[in-house]
Amino acid sequence: MKMDVLTKKELKYLEQELKRKANEIEKDAVGAQWSEHCSYKSSKKYLQMLPVKGKYVVVGPGYDAGVIDVGDGYVLTVHIESHNHPSAVEPFGGAATGVGGVIRDIMAMGTRPIALLDALRFAPIIDDNHSVAKSKWLFKNVVKGIADYGNCIGVPTVGGEIEFDPSFQDYCLVDVAAIGFGRKEDIITNEAEADDIIVLAGGPTGRDGIRGASFASKTLEKEDRSAVQIPDPFLEKLLLEATMEAVKQGCLKCIKDLGGGGLSCCLSETSDNLGKGFDIELTKIHTRESHMMPNELMISESQERMLFITDKPKLSILQSILDKYGIKYSIIGTVQEHQDLIVRHSGKVIMQMPSHLVAHAPLADRPAKRPSYIGKLKRVKRPLQPSNLGKVLLSLLANPTIASKRWVYQQYDHEVGIRTVIKPGAGDATVMRLDNGKFVAVKLDGNSKHCYLDPYQGTLGVLSEGFRNIVCTGAEPIGVVDHLQFASPEDPEIYWTFIQTVNAIISYCRFMEIPVVGGKVSFYNETAKGPIKPSPVIGTLGLVESESSLTQMAFSANESIFIVGHTQPEMGGSEYYEYFHRITGGTVPQVDLKVDRQNRAAILNLIRTGLVSCAHDCSKGGIAVALAEMAIAGSIGFKVQLDSIPNSCKQIDELLFSETQSRYIIATKDPENVHKVLSAKGVRFAEFGKTIPTNIEFIKGKRDMIRLSLKQLQSNFYLLERILQS
Amino acid sequence: MAARIGIAVFPGSNCDRDVHYILNNTIGVEADFIWHTKHRISGYDAMIIPGGFAFGDRLRPGIIAAHSPIMQEVKRMAKDGLPVLGICNGFQILVECGLLPGALMMNDSLRFVCRWTNVQVTNNKTPFTSQFALRQKFGIPIAHGDGRYVADSKILKELKKKNQIVLRYTRDNPNGSTDLIAAICNEDGNVMGMMPHPERASERILTVDRSSRNNNNNSGSSTDAITIFSSLVSNLKQKAMP
Repeated sequence: MKMDVLTKKELKYLEQELKRKANEIEKDAVGAQWSEHCSYKSSKKYLQMLPVKGKYVVVGPGYDAGVIDVGDGYVLTVHIESHNHPSAVEPFGGAATGVGGVIRDIMAMGTRPIALLDALRFAPIIDDNHSVAKSKWLFKNVVKGIADYGNCIGVPTVGGEIEFDPSFQDYCLVDVAAIGFGRKEDIITNEAEADDIIVLAGGPTGRDGIRGASFASKTLEKEDRSAVQIPDPFLEKLLLEATMEAVKQGCLKCIKDLGGGGLSCCLSETSDNLGKGFDIELTKIHTRESHMMPNELMISESQERMLFITDKPKLSILQSILDKYGIKYSIIGTVQEHQDLIVRHSGKVIMQMPSHLVAHAPLADRPAKRPSYIGKLKRVKRPLQPSNLGKVLLSLLANPTIASKRWVYQQYDHEVGIRTVIKPGAGDATVMRLDNGKFVAVKLDGNSKHCYLDPYQGTLGVLSEGFRNIVCTGAEPIGVVDHLQFASPEDPEIYWTFIQTVNAIISYCRFMEIPVVGGKVSFYNETAKGPIKPSPVIGTLGLVESESSLTQMAFSANESIFIVGHTQPEMGGSEYYEYFHRITGGTVPQVDLKVDRQNRAAILNLIRTGLVSCAHDCSKGGIAVALAEMAIAGSIGFKVQLDSIPNSCKQIDELLFSETQSRYIIATKDPENVHKVLSAKGVRFAEFGKTIPTNIEFIKGKRDMIRLSLKQLQSNFYLLERILQS
Repeated sequence: MAARIGIAVFPGSNCDRDVHYILNNTIGVEADFIWHTKHRISGYDAMIIPGGFAFGDRLRPGIIAAHSPIMQEVKRMAKDGLPVLGICNGFQILVECGLLPGALMMNDSLRFVCRWTNVQVTNNKTPFTSQFALRQKFGIPIAHGDGRYVADSKILKELKKKNQIVLRYTRDNPNGSTDLIAAICNEDGNVMGMMPHPERASERILTVDRSSRNNNNNSGSSTDAITIFSSLVSNLKQKAMP
């Protein structure tokens, strides 16, 4: 396979800087590093504006993972990555190696991974109008790939989200986030001196994943299986335990995972970060196959490999640990006082250039233009209100985007490590306990439908949803990670949506004073069928100080139901429009940052003072779906009066299914005090119903708008099992 | 002398640290990790083979671990009458090394399954179940891909005759096990293998059902499973007393 990985302009720049011609190996190695995937050349300019500092942040973006201080000498690490191209070609291996990669980023900080989350996006799996066989195949095998890897390595997969949308036809987005936990003093700070020893440990280097980073930096036109890596979770488990033991014994000065771009990226980035040169001998590398070419050794993306830097006195300790676990390793070179990356093959220098030059691709200057569809789609004809709203609710509950993901998370070991306190499906976010008596709440959120119609407001909404999810479990948000996924940045209209998205994150996080502690950008997510919708995925982390604040979403008997927030007819991108009416268009929900913050503070106050017995945010499917989910979780019904809900909707369907942001549903046994608190906080709210046994009833005036049994709700909500088991 | 429990650790063990935590912190008994290459084990009153994916489930679950040096020692300890408990992958290892009869095959759903289920105590004469009431039911989580216990009619007859079926799933059979079997013991009762994970249901914080009547099958409200460990420790203490 021959791929022109450097553009003519980039090659010219490289040779100007080098003041000589670059050889073929150098072109390949630099090409891997300067791929969009590794260099962020189209995004860096904008990412630099994200707020990254905060009172809890120890290490922000730029390292393998962000580090957050959770007190008492403990830290959390967090990282998010995607593996979209590989998963679209080979879903099992692509998803599995995605999990492996993000786990190594957590290990590279010197922390133990304690949780995995996945955000997945596929084309519809039950729509008659599309070929659903391929998206079903992708979905089943991505889930199996994640399950096999996470289960085997013993890191619980505790949460995530899944969205189905036609823009992912013949494609999929597979985002994996990992959370690590450790002692602050064990964080690897990455320092090295001249003569320190560079060790490559783990899987043998083979011809798999050759030019994977470059493959991921082009649109998916041809399925290139040789660019997909092969997973081995058992080997990664050994690497994990060996790394943890080596960290404990203090014999590692620097750790770096080998991911996209292989050794080439790993060496140039590490050398550049350390401000030190490397002298590497490629023939020392343990390989899977013989006669590998130097450029293949440099850019292979064989999995389960780590780079360790140690010093001479500690080398024997590291060696004995690696031997104990039966991990193969090679001493491939030394750290040098100069700042060049020197690579040799049998002693002969085949590449020599400043690490800084390799690690920093020239930034691309890309034009941006507002897409013409955005204005056009804003105004759509309001659909006729269906006469049977109960049928709409049942249909939305069976919509795979909304339906229970039990079929998925029961294939993941979500309890290993005995930290999972609020489990998948039980609350708005997953909550893990930490060793200092505190808890971390984590959630991934995305909404490609909103972000397509209005990338700025859509992204604000995703952030708002993430924050709401975290708060509903009793946590205070402490940081976010972002994963920004778009089609080709060379298309000015696509590029414009990327800039809007970053601007939204900047606005939201600055206003809320919450830092972005890590992230990733993935471009070129498109196939012959077209570009994906803009798909930022936000991971939100929150801290719960005490066990008594932990809150789930299930209704209990004899509770009064409240809504906080003002519902508006913001139907653009709603599941009601998109899934039920097949309408793409309209105005998406607009986030009022002040109201968003105010409502959130009120809910957190209610939870922390113990006045609320359950809490759930209103998002996909609106009020009707949120109430149904709380009823299903608690196996208890409800009766609500729609008239009292604060709103400016003209039709009942809008009130029921609008996805207006910043809204919460809570239930309490102490309505009087909840009234007092909410009134004092000055938020829009209403007490609008009670829990009752077995039935759900929505009443307007004296008329039953919807009346269904819990059994009917459950049967639709657990639809995925039926359609995927057949 | 206080009782000491050894926890066998293989490359790929995942639940070793969880069992270690529960024994040392929740039960308050001394428990140590023992690496699989150990040829001689002394000073331990009982052994636990924890869950996970020993040797990455290569060939088939438990088979490589069954031939490791530590399992030769575990076999000797079992013969000497010391309690040996295999959990999940540990159960698979005990079956593969011949300490327990039958086999563990892929779940009938052909998928890995992680959720809570209910079991019933059908033998409370073992060192791991002596503090349960006979026929006591309790909630406990499972997490396995190969948890379907299979035995031919001859073995099954023997198991029943010698009262070797210790735990049975109640009503829902999560993996298709023969006769709803969740745990069995050897003839002497000192070696037990179980697919469910008692270490995941031994603390209130992990099991408190914040949503009562949650039909998600995803959390339980019981910490009764800790009785597996407390029965064991109480038996060890009784033995230590002359």
